[in-house]
Amino acid sequence: MVEFDVVELGPADHPIAGETAPDFTRPLVNREFWEDVSLSELTDEGALLLVFTPMDGAFPATYVWNEIRDRSWGESVTVVGLSISTPYEHMDLLEEREIDHALFSDPGNGVAREYGIEHELDGMTGISEPRPAVFLLGENRIVEYAWVADEWPDFPPYDEIEDAIESL
Amino acid sequence: MRMSDSQITFYRLQACPYCERVTRKLEEYGLEYRSRFIEPLHSKRNVVKRISGKRTVPAIVDHETGVTMSESANIVEYLESTYGDDGREEAA
Repeated sequence: MVEFDVVELGPADHPIAGETAPDFTRPLVNREFWEDVSLSELTDEGALLLVFTPMDGAFPATYVWNEIRDRSWGESVTVVGLSISTPYEHMDLLEEREIDHALFSDPGNGVAREYGIEHELDGMTGISEPRPAVFLLGENRIVEYAWVADEWPDFPPYDEIEDAIESL
Repeated sequence: MRMSDSQITFYRLQACPYCERVTRKLEEYGLEYRSRFIEPLHSKRNVVKRISGKRTVPAIVDHETGVTMSESANIVEYLESTYGDDGREEAA
């Protein structure tokens, strides 16, 4: 395992278990097209795992999607991603990494602000993105489980998330 | 708003003038539509090929009438005759 020099990000004021996750509408990208979709449209259909990642192309995004694919979470719950990458970049990522999940595109990073997980990138002036974060949402966007990075870089606690998915 | 309730699904390409022409018509008639953007590369347009038989955009699916159509001139003509003043008079 590689040793990282990590940066403390401090506490984030994000929705926690039992609270309602903010609704939003953004282009949702699949392998064939993208269209505006509201989070609430998806949660109306059942439980949802919302995965915030760094921008497409950054290695943590690749690692996270590889892990989610290898763990086949998509068989138990609908998984959707979100990053600041454009729909075009998302389409390339879905194809290159053979990801069978849809990804929200939010270049303005407004959703991360709404969720209290905005992360200004050092050395990339003017660009902010979400902290790595995972929210498991039940009916009416009630948060069943939440994890938000408090250091950078950081990766989701996959086993813990898997337990939360299994106990739905 | 639940966009899946929209009457028309509109397959389009960003910045394509033929698509913008259809957009203007849809807005002129106040039709509820859901935009689906596709990639510029023809080889990646499987969804459009599947619904319309062609890889060209614009293409629309009118869920009210069951009509699927491509080519902007055809679509504009269809929208005019179905939802324009002429169409309404003929229907009346």
